[in-house]
Amino acid sequence: MDSERIDQIIDKYQGEASSLIQILLEIQSENRWLPKEALMRVSEKLQVPMTRVQHIATFYKAFSTVPKGRHEVHVCVGTACHVRGARRVLDKVQEVTGIQPGETDSDLRFSLETVNCLGCCALGPVVEIDGKAHGKMSPSETAHVLNGYE
Amino acid sequence: MSKILLNIDGRDVEAKEGATILQAAQSAGIGIPTLCHHEKLEPYGACRLCTVEAETRGTTRLVAACLYPVEQKLVVRTRSEKVDRIRKMILELLLCHAPNSRELQALADEYGADKGRFEKEASFCVNCGLCVRYCAEVKKKNAVGFVGRGARREISFVPEIAARECKTCKECFPLCPTEALQAAYVLADALSCFSPSSALGLKG
Repeated sequence: MDSERIDQIIDKYQGEASSLIQILLEIQSENRWLPKEALMRVSEKLQVPMTRVQHIATFYKAFSTVPKGRHEVHVCVGTACHVRGARRVLDKVQEVTGIQPGETDSDLRFSLETVNCLGCCALGPVVEIDGKAHGKMSPSETAHVLNGYE
Repeated sequence: MSKILLNIDGRDVEAKEGATILQAAQSAGIGIPTLCHHEKLEPYGACRLCTVEAETRGTTRLVAACLYPVEQKLVVRTRSEKVDRIRKMILELLLCHAPNSRELQALADEYGADKGRFEKEASFCVNCGLCVRYCAEVKKKNAVGFVGRGARREISFVPEIAARECKTCKECFPLCPTEALQAAYVLADALSCFSPSSALGLKG
């Protein structure tokens, strides 16, 4: 992400320090993570100390200070999905992607996270990829679905 | 400024309006233990070690003395059985993070805290925020701040600022209740991996 685009986003919020989180969210959604340069630029333009920008960027789960993959895979391990075999689905995801929850692969293809409930327990076990829920997953189907993402 | 009359540990104490229980107690020579308090800094209320019983109109509450403003006819108990029990627990918990802190050790002896009650998980930091707040409020440099949340919260220096400011300052080190080791370590860590062109200086 170039600094011009970051400046554009900051200007959209009139450089208001109170819009810090909104600005970070927008950079995060466009760039998928918050590089240090972006944080420094935001800190400088909004006149907010870098320590506070860092504090906020590391506080919320919505922000990432490390690169994220092109596809975000959320495997539900909530109670309902768990009893319907989420563990085996998760094992399969780990096997196919080669990463553990919280990690991103070196090709920046997938980022994997476990979540505790996606709110559609009747569809368990659920795997959510880029916001799209895949319900009633079996390990083999999981592998099939994952291979459809480049 | 109107005067406020309150009672601390059975003694009548006079305090200025807007003062905290801690300030009133200190002016009367009554000691309340604190870790995160510093007179140059805004009250923070992080360590809860200054917890006291405050009684107003018949109801007793546990409050942080460093934050609670005095009020008329307030009755404060700084060493009741309940307060001592709470401080003992806080000390036992803090000691897992900073087992070697002399300040904590001394307080643990005073309150009869069992230093080995919980498994040690030495992070050498109790998140009192003294270094962070001193840098922001007194020095206005913001070289050190908190990162992370909950159990993973820790202090972190911003290498770009630290490289410029910290070498000549280091005033935050002696403030540390865990004996400054951690700030020194984190500072060295921040500076050692710092080069102006490095892209990734932040922890995930």
